[in-house]
Amino acid sequence: MDIPKVPVAIVGPGHIGTDLLVKLRRSPVLDVRYVAGIVESEGLARAREAGVAASAGGVDWLLAQDPLPRIVFEATSAKAHLANAPRYEAAGIRAVDLTPAHLGPMVCPAVNGEDHLDAANVSMITCGGQATIPMVAAVSRVTPVPYAEIVASIASRSAGPGTRANIDEFTHTTGGAVAEVGGAARGKAIIVLNPVEPPMIMRDTVFCMIGADADRAAITASVHDMVLRVQEYVPGYTLRAEPQFDEPTDEWGGHARVAVFLEVKGNGDHLPPYAGNLDIMTAAAARTGELMARAELGALA
Amino acid sequence: MTKRALRNDVRIIDTTLRDGSHAMAHRFTETQVRDTVRALDGAGVEWIEVSHGDGVGGSSFNYGFSGTDEMTLIAAAREEARQARIAVLLVPGIGTVDDLKRAHDAGAEMVRVATHCTEADVSPQHFAAARDLGMETVGFLMMAHRTDPADLAKQARIMVDAGCECPYVTDSAGALLMHEARARFEALLAEVGDEALVGYHGHQNLSMGVANSVIAYETGVRSIDGSLCALGAGSGNSPTEVLAAVFDRLGVDTGLDAGALLDAAEDVVRPYLQRWPKMDRNAIVQGWAGVYSSFLLHAERAAERYKVPAHEILRRCGELGYVGGQEDMIIDVAIGLAAERAGS
Repeated sequence: MDIPKVPVAIVGPGHIGTDLLVKLRRSPVLDVRYVAGIVESEGLARAREAGVAASAGGVDWLLAQDPLPRIVFEATSAKAHLANAPRYEAAGIRAVDLTPAHLGPMVCPAVNGEDHLDAANVSMITCGGQATIPMVAAVSRVTPVPYAEIVASIASRSAGPGTRANIDEFTHTTGGAVAEVGGAARGKAIIVLNPVEPPMIMRDTVFCMIGADADRAAITASVHDMVLRVQEYVPGYTLRAEPQFDEPTDEWGGHARVAVFLEVKGNGDHLPPYAGNLDIMTAAAARTGELMARAELGALA
Repeated sequence: MTKRALRNDVRIIDTTLRDGSHAMAHRFTETQVRDTVRALDGAGVEWIEVSHGDGVGGSSFNYGFSGTDEMTLIAAAREEARQARIAVLLVPGIGTVDDLKRAHDAGAEMVRVATHCTEADVSPQHFAAARDLGMETVGFLMMAHRTDPADLAKQARIMVDAGCECPYVTDSAGALLMHEARARFEALLAEVGDEALVGYHGHQNLSMGVANSVIAYETGVRSIDGSLCALGAGSGNSPTEVLAAVFDRLGVDTGLDAGALLDAAEDVVRPYLQRWPKMDRNAIVQGWAGVYSSFLLHAERAAERYKVPAHEILRRCGELGYVGGQEDMIIDVAIGLAAERAGS
């Protein structure tokens, strides 16, 4: 007997949408039926080559299809998603939002992927958030974290014009999510673009303030467990070194610190492997869509 | 855009209380700030930069937490200054428009928006906000040795088109030799000189800060940075008191009282120095290998923590092409070097 799949669509056939297409086509529970854009593009052509119905007719075209998708993956822009989201919802279609629109709850699948299975709209936060929030959560589930700070370094070539024009949005959204989703009392996020050639693979550093007597062995074990969880959807997510513990100082208000150094190498599906920042977004979106689809299929069974 | 009129032949901006924050491990006290501002103000300095060394919002694990909230320091500086005005640094990706608004509320009237030399297109958001606030604008193209003069000029163009009134050749690593600095000044002046001022920010790692400042003036650069006692990252900045004396000898009117600046350096800044920035092995390696000057203290700390030489850490950072803001990578490099040593 065929395992049923949930019909889904991608809106926005750029590099992100195309990378997502490659990932979704591997999914055992998602069936990519449609790819929609607003102009003829290489992305639409690639979708058609892959046997997926694709059109430059935008959301109008998508909403005229039968059957409608159950889930749409939005890889356009914040502005486009703000316009499209009410139309999806009116049609009973759920949205996994890769744009910075942030209409729905913020989801990092390794941390809270199970918490919003019924949401009409979920936000994939930011690339830096997807890479670092699992580590903040790994520490905060063991010991209180009064403050966490993340530093995301990405290759200049992997930063698109949207990110560049509104870099404050990254800082605000990621810093907020480090607290809200990661479980720190306060969060701060820093992003650095590096133009070195050949391009550097995405690097992330996570600093968590911890108590002087926090259980360091338990923190280390929790970090390793969480890395395995993220590796289920981002195989190139690795620790550069064991978590580093620094003793309390006056500068840190008598707190100690744990630092986690990460490398995020992309799968090279459509985007180059150095662009781990983009890969972890599409991988997290695909994972979230699968969790939502399994919940739907489970409800039917 | 019309070019800002200059009060004197050249505008010297003092960054003791901003770039110097690196050398002070971001622990400036309000008293030190007040005393320094009073001395600079009295010596005729028109603009005084005050903020965390990595700009507003820089207080962090990665760069070091501020001993005193920078907004308190900015407000104190503003209160102390009679003719001088207060500038702040903002590095997009670290600081935000919210931080800028707070700094403006505290009394800052100029922002210097700093990006890596090839990434100017992250700055328009902040220039637009600064212009809305009525602030004067400067753009820092950091690590200016990392791209060629023609590309640096294109990046300056991006900033000027976004509302920057004075793009800077910012030699964050103190790496530019005299002919390299000159080529960059000329390229920027040719590209934007009709509508904007052009500036130079030097570091002393290879002892070029003052010499390059003279070349800058000769080519037409009209905004130049200095620090009292060279207080700044790496082996420090071009000393303001030396710039004043040199330009006086050249017959260039800076509006500065060189004698008063010598007094300020000797009597106000020197007593509170924890370290007098100097050209030691680590700092020279920064200029030689083209490493962001602010990495110095972080590399020294990592060297102590992981028992590997700081100059080796810095050299490796240069080889890997790390840029300003990537202080976390210093720890990563130190861990790697320690592992290599353990393995050999």
